[in-house]
Amino acid sequence: MAAKPKLYYFDGRGRMESIRWLLAAAGVEFEEEFLETREQYEKLQRDGRLLFGQVPLVEVDGMMLTQTRAILSYLAAKFNFYGKDLKERVRIDMYVDGTLDLMTMIMLAPFQRPEKKQETLASILQKAKTRYFPVFEKILKEHGEDFLVGNKFSWADIQLLEAILMVEELNASVLSDFPLLKAFKTRISNIPTIKKFLQPGSQRKPPPDTHYANLVSNILQF
Amino acid sequence: MAGKPKLHYFNAWGRMEPIWWLLAAAGVEFEEKFLESAEDLEKLRNDGYLMFQQVPMVETDRMKLVQTTAILNYIASKYNLYGKDIKDRALIDMYTEGMADLYEMILLLPLCRPEEKDAKIALIQEKTKNRYFPAFEIVLKSHEQDYLVGNKLSWADMQLMELLYFVEELDPSLISIFPLLQALKTRISNLPTVKKFLQPGSPRKPPTNAKSVEEARKLFKS
Repeated sequence: MAAKPKLYYFDGRGRMESIRWLLAAAGVEFEEEFLETREQYEKLQRDGRLLFGQVPLVEVDGMMLTQTRAILSYLAAKFNFYGKDLKERVRIDMYVDGTLDLMTMIMLAPFQRPEKKQETLASILQKAKTRYFPVFEKILKEHGEDFLVGNKFSWADIQLLEAILMVEELNASVLSDFPLLKAFKTRISNIPTIKKFLQPGSQRKPPPDTHYANLVSNILQF
Repeated sequence: MAGKPKLHYFNAWGRMEPIWWLLAAAGVEFEEKFLESAEDLEKLRNDGYLMFQQVPMVETDRMKLVQTTAILNYIASKYNLYGKDIKDRALIDMYTEGMADLYEMILLLPLCRPEEKDAKIALIQEKTKNRYFPAFEIVLKSHEQDYLVGNKLSWADMQLMELLYFVEELDPSLISIFPLLQALKTRISNLPTVKKFLQPGSPRKPPTNAKSVEEARKLFKS
């Protein structure tokens, strides 16, 4: 029986959250080891498990995988969330990469200087509403299907739901001009594995706060 | 007969360079359409060719592909430069994502302020010497094969070649301390398709200089 995947990261969202979503969507249980001190982090580095000295790290199927996108791609393929052929896969990749660009802005926001925060938030909301959400609204409109690619639940859907929820945490009415995305959000949230992940007590992490930002900057020393 | 892929970008390295290397390694001829003015970029956007309003964009197989990683994944898969299975692919992804992090520093170099340049170059040298090149030297040492993954030429080798060539121009002493990387560079440079790409007259561009940066800045402003 295969061992459960094990995730090494801080006790917060950061770059690991999308990986938690993907595992949860697949209904796969996973373990987590939280980095709480610089010493723990340095030990991981010395143990040679971090190819480039960085986390996230996921131990899965006998591999020590680092690099967020590499981990996500592997899991997407493993759990059949990556389309049926190369053409579907490239569409999933494009959609996911766009979504990840938006989510990276949100992820980095807590580490900005306080005087830049308002400007950053405004920029995130503007990009969400003018660059990213319209694209996905249009895709859903054009094919009229329930999922973004190939009429089948994929990594692209999971990533988009995660992004929508994160942006809504910044501004609850951000989907007001996007009726199909609203319906999409409800639909995907009701998939049993996703529904379970969205409930309290799951391994989903809360939005980052000052404590989290300080923890990370202390451990990573920036 | 399928047309040649058509690459839309500025006449500069930037985010298109890894794509040239990969197509070149695959022996695929391609066309280039350079953005020379803000109007060129605006036109592509208004024509709806750019999914997220950004370049690079590669027209191929009746698709308009955007997002650098998505494009590279597609080309690598299509031309069998992506390993033999999902585990090979995970390794290739992990290696190329790490390289992309280093490459991002290099890509942004022409855009930094003159007073910051020395510090940025020093950072690139430091990360190359202490984080990235050692990782790949160890990989090559661990299996003693001619290529990074699966004993077969892959996207990971091509991406590494790109970095080796750049770093050598920046500071030859950085490569001299990694004998296996040096040997890989020589070996892959002698592959017929790569040899052709390294010769004058190929699509390979010289490093982005101050003039092309100024031109790019005008376009980036939009």
